[in-house]
Amino acid sequence: MVTVSELIKTESNKPELFQAGSSACAGCASILALRWALKALGPKTVVIAPASCANVYIGIWPKASSAVPYINMAFAAGASAASGVVAGYEALGKKDINVLTWAGDGGTVDIGIQALSGAIERSTNFIYACYDNEGYMNTGTQRSSSTPKHTKTTTTPFGKGMHKKDIAQIVAAHDIPYVATCVATDPQEIYNIFSEAKQIQGSKFIHILSPCAPGWRFAASKTTELGDLAVKTGFFLLWKQVNGELIVHKRTQKYLDKKKRLPIEAYLSEQGRFGDLNQEQIQDLQNWVDRRCEKLARQL
Amino acid sequence: MKKDDPKSMETKCPIYKSWRELPLVPISRGMKGSIGETGDWRTYRPGIDEKECNRCGICYVYCPDGVIQFKEGSAPEIDYKYCKGCGICKVKCPKKAIEMIRERE
Amino acid sequence: MSKIKKSEMDKEQTIIMSGNYASAWGAKCSRVKAISAYPITPQTTVVEKLADFVDGGELDARYVKVESEHSVMASLVGSSMTGARSFTATSGQGLLYMTEMLHWVSSSRLPIVTTIASRGIAPPWNIWAEYTDILSIRDCGWIIQFASTHQEIFDSVLMSYKIAENQGVMLPYFIVYGGFTQSHTSKPVRIPPQKEIDAFLPPPPEKGWSHLNLDPENPVTFGNLLMPQQEYLDFRFLIHDSMVKSKKIIQKTIKEFKKSFKRDYSGLAENYKCNDADVVLISYGALAEQSKIAVDELRKEGKKVGLFKLRYIRPFPNEELVKLFNSDVKVIGIADQGTAFGNPTGGPISTEVMSLLRQSNRKIKVLPYVWGLGGRDVTVDEQIRVFHQLIQLKNKNEYPTDDTFQHGTVWMGLKTGA
Repeated sequence: MVTVSELIKTESNKPELFQAGSSACAGCASILALRWALKALGPKTVVIAPASCANVYIGIWPKASSAVPYINMAFAAGASAASGVVAGYEALGKKDINVLTWAGDGGTVDIGIQALSGAIERSTNFIYACYDNEGYMNTGTQRSSSTPKHTKTTTTPFGKGMHKKDIAQIVAAHDIPYVATCVATDPQEIYNIFSEAKQIQGSKFIHILSPCAPGWRFAASKTTELGDLAVKTGFFLLWKQVNGELIVHKRTQKYLDKKKRLPIEAYLSEQGRFGDLNQEQIQDLQNWVDRRCEKLARQL
Repeated sequence: MKKDDPKSMETKCPIYKSWRELPLVPISRGMKGSIGETGDWRTYRPGIDEKECNRCGICYVYCPDGVIQFKEGSAPEIDYKYCKGCGICKVKCPKKAIEMIRERE
Repeated sequence: MSKIKKSEMDKEQTIIMSGNYASAWGAKCSRVKAISAYPITPQTTVVEKLADFVDGGELDARYVKVESEHSVMASLVGSSMTGARSFTATSGQGLLYMTEMLHWVSSSRLPIVTTIASRGIAPPWNIWAEYTDILSIRDCGWIIQFASTHQEIFDSVLMSYKIAENQGVMLPYFIVYGGFTQSHTSKPVRIPPQKEIDAFLPPPPEKGWSHLNLDPENPVTFGNLLMPQQEYLDFRFLIHDSMVKSKKIIQKTIKEFKKSFKRDYSGLAENYKCNDADVVLISYGALAEQSKIAVDELRKEGKKVGLFKLRYIRPFPNEELVKLFNSDVKVIGIADQGTAFGNPTGGPISTEVMSLLRQSNRKIKVLPYVWGLGGRDVTVDEQIRVFHQLIQLKNKNEYPTDDTFQHGTVWMGLKTGA
């Protein structure tokens, strides 16, 4: 575990692997996470990015923001293309190259879930990271199966009717050596998780909640606060499953206690996408959070 | 519109006059400003009060775009050519040493 | 290193094998490094045989057994981008399911080779020989070659990598043959000594493909957005340009193959007794091969008939066809074993062949055919009848009058209640 000051000491004199001046929106949490993920993985990394914001913020030909090899990939093919890259390197005897799939929630929980499930079932030696901004933000904020209930999107103008799919649990059920969840707005945690994942042989999955100012409708400067609130309200649970062992993050452990956790309203009220929720709807989301927290607490 | 140093851009981004000069596939090279000078997007400019700044480097960590350079012992430097003015650095600064100042025309 | 037996290194073997095994042997002898596959009838025994080769240590390759055909081709995109010679086989629905990735391969200019045991498209389910699968995706930027004998399937795999990996080509390559009629029947196939194959087909460059290689030492980004005023159009043209220019490399490779292994595959098309013919049938695949028997029978009766077998449909053998149009030929039949619903003829290749007629000033009558759909038998006798219809057209200017002649095309075998 690296502390923030150690992080600054070791990284601040190295070049950025994801460079300034990309077309990511101001305050984009996804590139904050990618920036620190790449620092943890280092320059011997190749990125496979299936269709998502990551195919836009990489830049317009012939320029690119990435200082490591970066392949724009078909929507459904993030994990399968990575499988091939890994196989190619293995076949040619090229070692010590990190293969990272960097996918959005659409490319992971919806169109890419089959390829993801296949790749991790095959114990493909790669890291699959899903930055989850809870919708199709690149195409203008449509709902995905990772969008929370009651969220207003352009395809759910009066609010989504069902809860968010728990992709990390689905992946954890594959019993791969490493599953971790984190928020994109916590660079130290991102760095530590990717550093840890890098050391492990086999399939690694990292689920990153990525607050999205334009899609969730809040001021860009509040990005990190939103990430924080997601944890403090128990909306997003931080845990790892390492070789079958569940480890709940200290912060989430604290908030599993309902008395310590902030009411979900504190998180919802900051975001335009949850505008005009009635008390019943807020309670519905609160019940969902409570149920999930209780379930995780029982597993401890 | 400000221009990047035209010389360095030309070597990095060749200009093709004919299809006969093209490589087989469009390949991109990593560089700053893959979409141009994103500093132009800014409405508010972060300003660091060097007297208040405690040189902790937190703003360097949290800047999504990595436009804040930090060297231990000295105040961080913001690359205004690319800073989009999101204001996260202001929010995260533990000393409240960063202020967002409205850009003028 | 693979455990290729010493005898295989030095000696030619003749093995009785299925068309599918010929494909698998082709991949093995081409020393492919990455395989990705998903089972589908009638291709499945190709990938079973390859599993035997890899797990038995006879082929030193990584074999990714994925969960769908979309993933097959995505996985091969990945492996090929590392510079590994990559291979798969598929059929019918599987080929259609990977369509998106087929474009990804050709637009990335990756020299991946795929053999297709062609079958009918569902619904209703049909697993027998028909080429609508490959014909549906004929414009994806892949070279498409038909192999009409077992030996040709094997030999074509060796040639395909040499063609696809040529710097002037760098395009993916399909080798196509009929499901069951070719995939599951057995014939003797001559396997040249591995030493000679290695000399004919050297391994790909160690540093990966020069245009696109996933190497952290030389980091590149591939596939990002191009704006309308940028060179998107120009890169599209390059694919077409390379496809057309690949004809020369194909012809050169066929010649080199002949020199090395003494088997001649003529070129993009095979002219069988067309030179003095006034009636010619144009077709492709194993049914075209069978038509040679019909030609021979009719030649015995003094009929001047010929067969023009298309070996390639991408690139299209324009020059060869125009040369044929400029010969003595008066009537041409074009038989498709596949459909193109609603196009000018109902058959994709007959329409394409007809599009070239204007390049000749001669007046030629044309009769399109659709035959053998879903594995429906097309016998030599029926092929002889086709020639008789064409001769009738030549002599009396009479198009068929029975009910199988619909919308200007003969749908051979169409049930008419007669």
